Amino acid sequence: MAILEVSGVNKRFGGLKALTDVNLSVKESSVHAIIGPNGAGKSTLLNCLIGKLEPDSGVVNFNGTSLLGGITPHEINQLGVCRVFQTPEVFGDMSLLENVMIPSFAKHDGNFRFNGWGSIAKRGEVSEEALSMLEEVGLADQRNVITDSLSRGDKRRLELAMCLIQHPKLLLLDEPTAGMSRADTNNTIDLLKKIGERGITKIIIEHDMHVVFSLAERISVLAQGTVIVEGEPEAIKGDPRVIEAYLGGELG
Amino acid sequence: MSQNLEKIKSPLDMEPLTIEIHEVEAASRSNTARNDLILMAVFSAVVLASPWVLAPFGAAYPDLLQRFCIFGIFAIGFNIMFGLTGYLSFGHAAFLGIGSYAAVWSFKLLTMNAIPALFFGVVCAGLFSALIGYVCLRRAGIYFSILTLAFAQMSYNLAYSVLTPITNGETGLQLTLGDARMVDAAFGVERTSSLPITNLFGIKMSGYEGFYLCAIILIISFYISIRIFRSPFGMMLRGIKTNQNRMSYTGINTRPYLLAAFVVSGMYAGLAGSLMAVTDPLAGAERMQWTASGEVVLMTILGGAGTLLGPVLGAGVIKYFENIFSSFNKGILHSAFEFLPDGVADFMVTITHPFVGEGWHLTLGVLFMFIVIFLPGGLMEGAQRIGNLFTGGGKSNADSRSGQTQPAE
Repeated sequence: MAILEVSGVNKRFGGLKALTDVNLSVKESSVHAIIGPNGAGKSTLLNCLIGKLEPDSGVVNFNGTSLLGGITPHEINQLGVCRVFQTPEVFGDMSLLENVMIPSFAKHDGNFRFNGWGSIAKRGEVSEEALSMLEEVGLADQRNVITDSLSRGDKRRLELAMCLIQHPKLLLLDEPTAGMSRADTNNTIDLLKKIGERGITKIIIEHDMHVVFSLAERISVLAQGTVIVEGEPEAIKGDPRVIEAYLGGELG
Repeated sequence: MSQNLEKIKSPLDMEPLTIEIHEVEAASRSNTARNDLILMAVFSAVVLASPWVLAPFGAAYPDLLQRFCIFGIFAIGFNIMFGLTGYLSFGHAAFLGIGSYAAVWSFKLLTMNAIPALFFGVVCAGLFSALIGYVCLRRAGIYFSILTLAFAQMSYNLAYSVLTPITNGETGLQLTLGDARMVDAAFGVERTSSLPITNLFGIKMSGYEGFYLCAIILIISFYISIRIFRSPFGMMLRGIKTNQNRMSYTGINTRPYLLAAFVVSGMYAGLAGSLMAVTDPLAGAERMQWTASGEVVLMTILGGAGTLLGPVLGAGVIKYFENIFSSFNKGILHSAFEFLPDGVADFMVTITHPFVGEGWHLTLGVLFMFIVIFLPGGLMEGAQRIGNLFTGGGKSNADSRSGQTQPAE
């Protein structure tokens, strides 16, 4: 069954057609990779899924609910969609533990709860959960460190923890291993495989083919705003259209 | 980092590591609670003993002590909005003024007792800030500041001219002998030939009695602010300050959080305004002017925005300068530099004279400039640096920052 259904999505920025008639169908509990050259519209597509951008036309349905038409980013997140950004979006001047506690509170208390009189210390379940989550991504030792001092790779793993603590149904990963060393990349792949066992559906945008082919069950190739090929990893590997998209048409 | 992963993956290592970390975490949480208790106790003691503590500085007279407390409350409230969320309101004086007007009307119509006056001051300011906040919070950053400033100036002008029947315009709202005071009348309080005095169940609210009411309310306000800082609500507000986008993508609706913080800080301002009226029962439009809004911004930044103690400290310093430095004149300077040889003393007096008396703003300006440049975290950052010198300074910067003391942006 498809958990995410994208059909006929168009998005224009002035004269630039960023997305043209994009269709995407993501099966529940699967890992779907979106690849394509720079400027193909991959990040724009993700932005349309989390309420950051509103497509000009088209349909985006998640679990039977439309993600378009005035629905706000926080409502989309509360439905169970969480995104790890290309440049890590974390709470820079807060500690790692606090970074993970905030999404945990959002999960427990909903999108707004006025509890100015309540004490964080009395919400043991939240901090315990946050700590276990940090342990899982291997950042527990640095739980009291201010996030700004982390390396970019660590920030991204923190962001992943911030998403995972919410038990999302759909996880969007925008280049989860960009700027990471080979060892860190492999650790992240292991981590993603591990969380795959929990049945979280994942969409991954990635340039590193090693990552793509070790995780993805299905791949969509985006070029100049349209999906040119979609299929199993093995089929994608040998497809001439993909090679052409990456190396440029005029060469072919 | 890869070592960490290794450590956690190995089933043998996992148990002890987990238990140890969770224990340390619990200990650090109870540490915070204990530190807050100490802070609260010391703060209360210093505030209640301030008539003696401040005596050597020549600031121990009730009128000034009351003002320390009132502006302390104002700044604590302002800090809940500015310090936690980073939204800089330039119109908080409007709520201060509304608190004052509401309190004076309570004196005129109901009773000279302070309790209803405080109640109405807080409630009216709360309602008004909900209205203003709802409109202004549609924008962030500089636009939010300008909107709040515009609203405050509108309020000021309304109070000054249009709403004269309610505010008594230029003259200011005052008590008169002919006021109804219905509740007092019903309880058979005798009308006197002179203007009645505000009271708290018979205790008159001027002089030291007035100061102690302000002091107790300041302590309660401070306690509430600690609770807010340590609550999940406070954590969300800090999250908004740090990265509002991430908050949205994390499933937090930031608008009601901001509005709630704005209303709470507006209510603090209303409380401060009504306390002003309790200690001196009149209200004028000038209380709403933008200079008054600017003053509370200065107090908060000077003391340290986002810290618990900073705003109170900033309020104290500014009010001290305003009252003490402005009263210095050439005579006092001459006696201060008496110990120097004649020529040098005269020279020193000539140099320092522009900075005292009428020119106290100059001193404040210089002080403010130095603090913003060298101590962006305000006086609290200064205190922390001095503290670090004594404790060896080797403590990790990150650890000390993760708690209550977050320097201002």
